[in-house]
Amino acid sequence: MALKTEPMVEQLELLGCIQCGKCTGGCPVARKTVLNIRSLIYQMLVEPELDVAAHPELWDCTCCFTCVERCPKDVRPAELIIGLRGQLVESGRIPETIGAALMGTFRQGNPTGMAREDRAAWVDGTEVKAAQEGCELLYFVCCTASYDPRVQPVARALVRAFQAADLDFGTLGTEESCCGNEVRRMGEIGLFEMLVEENSELIRSVGASRLVTTSPHCFNTFKNEYSLDGMEILHYTQLIAELIEQGRLKFSHPPNLPGREAEGKVTVTYHDPCFLGKQNHIFDEPRAILKAIPGVKLVEMDRNRERSLCCEGGGGRMWAEGTNLEERLAFQRVHEAAETGAEVLAVACPFCLLTLEDAVKVQGLESRLQVMDIMELVDLAL
Amino acid sequence: MVEEVVTRKSAALVIGGGIAGIQAALDIADAGYPVYLVEREPSIGGRMAQLDKTFPTLDCSSCILTPKMVDVGRHPNIELMTYSEVVSVTPPGPPSYPPHGGGGAFRVRVRKKPRYVDVNKCTGCGLCAAACRMKGRVVSRFDEGIAKRSAIYVPFPQAVPLKYTVDPTACLYLTRGKCGKTFLCQDACPAGAIDFEQQEEFVDLEVGAVIVATGYDLIDPRTKPEFGYGVYPEVMTGIEFERLSSASGPTMGEITVNGKRPKDVVFIKCVGSRDPHTGVPYCSRVCCMYTAKHAHLVRDKIPDARITVFYMDVRAFGKGYEEFYDRVRHERVIYRRGEPAEIYRKKARDGQQGDKLVVLAEDTLLGKPIEVEADLVVLATAIVPRTDVLEVAAMFSSLGGLECSPDGFFQEAHPKLRPVDTLLDGVFLAGCCQGPKDIPDTVAQAKAAASSALRVLTQCQEAVPA
Amino acid sequence: MMEPQPRIGVYICHCGTNIAATVDVAQVAEFAATLPGVVVARDYLYMCSDPGQALIQQDIKEQGLNRVVVASCSPTMHEPTFRGAAQQVGLNPYLVEMANIREQCSWVHRDREQATEKAKLLVASVVAKAALLKPLEEREVGVTPGAVVVGGGVAGMVAALDVADTGFPVYLVEKSDRLGGHVADLNRVFPTLESAAELLEPLIERVTSHPHITVLRNAEVVGMEGYVGNFTVEVRDSGIVDSGFGGDGAESTNYESTNLRTLDVGSIIVATGYDVFDPHRKPELGYGQYPNVITSLEMERRLATEDLTGFSKPVRSVAFIQCVGSRDVQVGNPYCSRVCCMYTAKQSRLVCELLPEAKVTVFFMDVRTFGKGAEEFYDEARAKGVLYRRGTVSEIYRRGDRVVLVGEDTLLGRPIDFEADLVVLAVGMEPRSDIADLSTLFKLPRSADGFFMECHPKLRPVDTVVDGVFLAGCCQGPKDIPDAITQAKAAASSALIPLIRGAVLAESATAVVDADWCAGCGMCVEVCPYGAPALDPFWGVSRINAVLCKGCGTCAVTCPSKAIRLQHFTSEQILAQVDALVE
Repeated sequence: MALKTEPMVEQLELLGCIQCGKCTGGCPVARKTVLNIRSLIYQMLVEPELDVAAHPELWDCTCCFTCVERCPKDVRPAELIIGLRGQLVESGRIPETIGAALMGTFRQGNPTGMAREDRAAWVDGTEVKAAQEGCELLYFVCCTASYDPRVQPVARALVRAFQAADLDFGTLGTEESCCGNEVRRMGEIGLFEMLVEENSELIRSVGASRLVTTSPHCFNTFKNEYSLDGMEILHYTQLIAELIEQGRLKFSHPPNLPGREAEGKVTVTYHDPCFLGKQNHIFDEPRAILKAIPGVKLVEMDRNRERSLCCEGGGGRMWAEGTNLEERLAFQRVHEAAETGAEVLAVACPFCLLTLEDAVKVQGLESRLQVMDIMELVDLAL
Repeated sequence: MVEEVVTRKSAALVIGGGIAGIQAALDIADAGYPVYLVEREPSIGGRMAQLDKTFPTLDCSSCILTPKMVDVGRHPNIELMTYSEVVSVTPPGPPSYPPHGGGGAFRVRVRKKPRYVDVNKCTGCGLCAAACRMKGRVVSRFDEGIAKRSAIYVPFPQAVPLKYTVDPTACLYLTRGKCGKTFLCQDACPAGAIDFEQQEEFVDLEVGAVIVATGYDLIDPRTKPEFGYGVYPEVMTGIEFERLSSASGPTMGEITVNGKRPKDVVFIKCVGSRDPHTGVPYCSRVCCMYTAKHAHLVRDKIPDARITVFYMDVRAFGKGYEEFYDRVRHERVIYRRGEPAEIYRKKARDGQQGDKLVVLAEDTLLGKPIEVEADLVVLATAIVPRTDVLEVAAMFSSLGGLECSPDGFFQEAHPKLRPVDTLLDGVFLAGCCQGPKDIPDTVAQAKAAASSALRVLTQCQEAVPA
Repeated sequence: MMEPQPRIGVYICHCGTNIAATVDVAQVAEFAATLPGVVVARDYLYMCSDPGQALIQQDIKEQGLNRVVVASCSPTMHEPTFRGAAQQVGLNPYLVEMANIREQCSWVHRDREQATEKAKLLVASVVAKAALLKPLEEREVGVTPGAVVVGGGVAGMVAALDVADTGFPVYLVEKSDRLGGHVADLNRVFPTLESAAELLEPLIERVTSHPHITVLRNAEVVGMEGYVGNFTVEVRDSGIVDSGFGGDGAESTNYESTNLRTLDVGSIIVATGYDVFDPHRKPELGYGQYPNVITSLEMERRLATEDLTGFSKPVRSVAFIQCVGSRDVQVGNPYCSRVCCMYTAKQSRLVCELLPEAKVTVFFMDVRTFGKGAEEFYDEARAKGVLYRRGTVSEIYRRGDRVVLVGEDTLLGRPIDFEADLVVLAVGMEPRSDIADLSTLFKLPRSADGFFMECHPKLRPVDTVVDGVFLAGCCQGPKDIPDAITQAKAAASSALIPLIRGAVLAESATAVVDADWCAGCGMCVEVCPYGAPALDPFWGVSRINAVLCKGCGTCAVTCPSKAIRLQHFTSEQILAQVDALVE
């Protein structure tokens, strides 16, 4: 499938590239696949055409945006990958699972394609106001947190925390649809734009002054790709850290970790999610929360903050196998976590939670390391 | 009786009237000291007058140069001696006639070459050149061989001084002893300024300081025959491109090759530089930037051209230079890493118009050999010491001569601490005669040399009877 | 006395094809001849050339012109040329005016007809003004012999020496307690590999023992008033003045800076130097986290003491990373720091000599070894075993007691994880952290890269927009030692010109107060950036110091009584221009 390179080179402003190699150099996936974004950019620059279909490794990109963050000439290499994926989507040459995720999002408002009417089932009895009735804080739950049983406890924990802090919050219930962050990154621009339009209208109609999300992915797109002017967009770690600082959320005891002696102490290490840390520079709030929890001792992995190793959950990778299944970055990551001596690997993203927990299981580290969302720890200490 | 004394100021000699010489002369003259500026061409201006636009500001070179040239021409403290050459710089001896200048450490002999035109009468009207029998037949060196002129000429329209000169190598009378029945130039001249009886004159000066600012040459691209220079008309040097692109040049700024606008333009850097084969191991310092500028000029004039620059490194090190390099890439100039190996001509295939040139290189980033078609190739040729470097050095032989560095340029007294001094007291260097450099560095060095010269001159002053 | 009728000569320049290609200059000249007061109108190829000027001069003499209008390029190019030409034949230079039909017309428009019409309007407007021009006096003011050099690094010292050697007193004001600046931190210099200390010592010795140089250490400039030739510089220093200085810096002591002194000088040279980029700003490189990662300056100290301990042992692999903090929009420094490629070649080569068993690698984007002997130096470094790999490093993490450089080798076309025991970051130069304050103090603007701005990047690299204040060294932009010294000498030359001449030309087109109309409100005093107006304590009206006044016009537009007239730009003149444009 021959793509004429010039239009995309101009549109994406790839001309600024000096081929320094920092993008491929820092790309976590470049080490385990043939994906070489620098080389792709160069080919776009020097060849009149590119055979996009000859690059299945395009689906390996996790959109961690390390390349974008570090490019010294402000070229946005990952946008080329997204653009090329768009070409593949248009021509229908996409992995089946990606197609299914996109179709599910289109039909049922979530990539797993589960029924829309089941979206609010996670509340499980807790009282959650419908945002459509008006509220100050709109809590955007996220498809994964709504449907995945492993992640639903995080949503419930957040609700309990909001209630404890006496916040006027609400959710969109079954009217909530996928934010589209991953949809755009999978290359489906049309569907993304549709979601943006519909979601924006719905969100604005609520009239809330703040919007908080479970997932850094939702946070990222609402903050940087939607134009929800007048609304303050927050990831939950920002809000929870604020509530703790204001004294509106208080911990009463160390977290009761199931299956352990209640020793009152737990060593925790924190994995910076790419969409929260690298891309939006939120490193301190999650740590502030952890440090505020009584009994928690926070240890750092060597590759933390800006150098956090991507869990391979983003960029559509939750629904794409990728070209190298054997060497998963998540395996390396959980070993790094275990090496710190931590008992808990804390995360702040549903995708990190799922991929890293899976990695712990596959790597047989269950006896040493437990993967938990920060909210789960908070919930156990309230 | 009280003797009246005046302070007789020592003068400076500046050899070379390019931007370096011009700036050095202006600084010394502005400080109030007399300067002799000796330039061997009929006009000052040097290389900078040949350039189109300068990087990174894209100022028109002549536009920023001519005010300085005019300043030199008008300056009460500068005696401009164009079409003249320094013969020797020697220690001062007893003057045989009243010396020019206020005394100093050097006596200078200058040869004023005959123009065969009386500069006091010439108004620069140009009727002589229009009438000359050799009109349109003499290759113009200023235009780097792209254009032709008459045997009587000014090198360029903003020349200072704007006086015509007869080229003794081209004039029929001076070379063959006869120019038809009558001198057409003399007949055309309304001021009666043509004078074939003119002889060369020698002038002796006494100066306190000397600044050598003799400039540079460019390597003959035929030393790299694999690029086909001289064989393929589509292959030209950077300086030739400057003349082509210049609005006051032979084509009024139109970039045409073989009568057509080129569509595929390729720039090749480091032609001769960084190359042990040509004996030029050093970097010529300005080519990366002027190539970026040339690429920009092509883009400006031929919006749909495909422009490729082949490079080994991109040396955009000065103020605003990296940003200019960024700008040029954003203008769709594609930089490909790899030093081309050769150029050949590919015969036209059916449907294809004309034979194109092909540049052979390895694209080291793709890791494979490539062929890029071109209908214009510009070679960034190495800056080399002038062929008369030894001659200039020999001017100082009675003082010990001027040293050259291993790269052939004049040697400064210390590579770190004394960038403008030579080992001869009172003799200083400015500009590219000391090593390749761009205009800002040249101007700074010229001013630095002026500073050193001023120090010497202020010490040389003597009180003499009024 | 009756003003003589204006007899205006108008000259339309072709400027080669710069103007003539777009504007029909002959038509404009024809039109100009019809304007009121115009006695002669011509067009010519290059008005700035000798014959062009001769045309003007001849007409002044033969046609009795008393006003001249040249329609050509911007006045910044040739205003002095045409004023000088007029002056030479006895016409006051301020009776010459220019119409910019190049930068403001032919260079920005394409349509010939419209451009020609515009050129005509511009000419008409300037002719209208010319009719109302008045001759102005050219004044010279005396110059205080002496200079202040701010900054005692290599640039400052060389500038001071050049001025002092010519016989003028120089005050060298150095903020820290020692001379030598950043060069004093260096071990060896490229490409000669001489010891930096051995280069500096004689320089410092010459400076401190020079009869005309007064060195003020622990001193800071806190105020600057005045104008070219007559500056008053306020310095806060320790009260201790140098009369000798130990070569190895052992004698340096920190004195309290409490003494305030005033220096009267004619020229000022700013040589305040640079700051080194702080690699904490690139956290992904692990500086400050891993002891294995150091900066190039720290490497200089290590090389000086030949101590490469404290890293993983044995040191088998040393890596240099170029362009840290330079050519990088992510940290706001898009520019190149110019010296790092050379100093890296120097350090890497010295490391090869010090650790013959170690692998020395340089990770680069471009190798910029452009100076005299530089390319040869780079060749030598590679010959001595330094391996250059193209591809800049993205991040660094720890593996045991070593570190791993994560990058791509762009020539191999694949990512690499490169283990090293010692990593040297080639940090670039930045403007000093206090440059904003210095900028305000000396009224010096800054370029986009944050360094001080020179008057013109090509032809005036050391002058600034503030007459009498010059730049030397890295405060104007990154450069190596020879270029800094060259620039320092260039600044000295510029500084010496007014000092040697003993006089400078003051601005003639200054503002003048009509005392009858002045209400003494003092608003002009408030708004003037140069401190030129002052209220006369007895008469209560404003008087403008014609020497301090730069003719900016701010007071004239501010004055609520319309009592201030800016000569050469009077209301009548400007309104006449506007009238000509709208008619």
